[in-house]
Amino acid sequence: MKKSLLIVLLFILSQGIILATEEQHSSEDHAEKKEFNVSSFIFDHITDSHEWHIATYKGKHISIPLPIILYSKNSGWHFFMSSEFHHGHSDYSFNGGKLRLMLEGENKGKIVELDEEEQEISQLPIDLSITKNVAALMISLAIMLWIFIRVAKTYSQQRGRAPTGLQNFIEAIVIFIREEVAKPSIGEKKHERFMPYLLMVFFFILLNNLLGLIPLFPGGANVTGNINITFLLAILTFLTTNLSSNKSYWKHIFNAPGVPWWLKFPLPIIPMVEFLGLLSKPFALMIRLFANITAGHIIILAFYCLIFFFGNIHYTIGLGTSLFSIPFTIFMTLLELLVAFVQAFIFTLLSATFIGAAVEEQH
Amino acid sequence: MELLNPGIGLLFWMSLSFGIVFFILKKFAWKPILNALKEREQSIDNALKSADKAKAKMAEMQAGNQRIMKEAQKEKDQLLKEAKEIKKKIISDAKEEASLEAVKMIEEAKRAIENEKATALNEIKKQVADLSITIAEKVLEKELSDPKNQEEMVDDMLSKLKLN
Repeated sequence: MKKSLLIVLLFILSQGIILATEEQHSSEDHAEKKEFNVSSFIFDHITDSHEWHIATYKGKHISIPLPIILYSKNSGWHFFMSSEFHHGHSDYSFNGGKLRLMLEGENKGKIVELDEEEQEISQLPIDLSITKNVAALMISLAIMLWIFIRVAKTYSQQRGRAPTGLQNFIEAIVIFIREEVAKPSIGEKKHERFMPYLLMVFFFILLNNLLGLIPLFPGGANVTGNINITFLLAILTFLTTNLSSNKSYWKHIFNAPGVPWWLKFPLPIIPMVEFLGLLSKPFALMIRLFANITAGHIIILAFYCLIFFFGNIHYTIGLGTSLFSIPFTIFMTLLELLVAFVQAFIFTLLSATFIGAAVEEQH
Repeated sequence: MELLNPGIGLLFWMSLSFGIVFFILKKFAWKPILNALKEREQSIDNALKSADKAKAKMAEMQAGNQRIMKEAQKEKDQLLKEAKEIKKKIISDAKEEASLEAVKMIEEAKRAIENEKATALNEIKKQVADLSITIAEKVLEKELSDPKNQEEMVDDMLSKLKLN
């Protein structure tokens, strides 16, 4: 009880720290008589980047440099740290060309190769850098490895005993997934095969949702709000569903029983609808998770931005706005905490439902 | 929109690291955890079942005990009843025997008395006869000297004998 209270307090405090650092940022902008650009501020926070920005203090960016890995058809492989770019203010030179981190324009946030005459080469190099999201992803996976291998060890040490400590928390969720998600959706007999995948997806989404809510390193990255991540998760569900499907599932798609023949021939309306459904299911999974998490981040950031937006007019208005914005943000963060669980649950439940439909016995 | 940009790097790292972690966790975490859970559930289930069994057995045993107790009680009652009957019978038998014996003894005594009496009477009779003969001898010695007296005496004696 005391521990959880402490965590909540830390959480609220860290919100305050972020607020303070952002305030520095805004006053800096103010000093330079720059317009405070709300949308770029928000988008910088929810999109991927090549460095892990922590704070800006007196005009200096404090960030963790991340490794850049590039492959270019012209110049081959490049490995260096993102600090070489000096936050995009300088280029990385190599023998026979330069690499530039674009801050504006069509390729904003991307690395563009320049030839000897400083001309942009239109074909972008293949970027396999460890970006902020990749780093956050790896941190979250490392946390997962640490937690679950430890819990599994506790299980083998305490064979048949009552659970203790962290095991309790994990066990409650594992049993919930098994009893409320896997068994009703897939069935008593076949659910065991898919449990590892469902657990992996659930805990991965949950952990990344929660880490995304923590504003400071190692949280703060928008991993589950990134379309690439949700795309891959959706693809995994799609593959799991279709690779484990049985005959009757395909029969229902291409030759649904009980449907009048004229809906299948000569114009295969129902098969087409069914086939579209096959694709739209994972598509919905992808969009749902991405949109929910991103929207949550945008709303929280927007409430903060209100302070600086009004603060730009006069600092007292900004202070006044903060009286409303901070409680609202705390409320939104708590709501996002709920959403973090709900979205992880929904993704897992829908995945289980799709898998269940694919492996269902003919009746 | 930047938000919807595909990122080859992110896709690459995600599929690689997610895949690796998935297979590691599947082998070293998910399966052991799920198996341990299943095992524990089964052991709990078994324990509950055996507890139920034990309970049923206990109830059965208790019922059996009660039955045995009842039977024992019944047997005890029966035994007591029988004992009482036997006692009564023994007493009554004894009484009967005693009375029979008494009757027998009395009878025997009577008979003995009778016998004694008879023997005594016979003795007396014999003595009386002896005495009478002696007396008669004496009297005869005295009386028979006179014939008249002899006749008188014979008559008298004859009449007296008849009386006896």
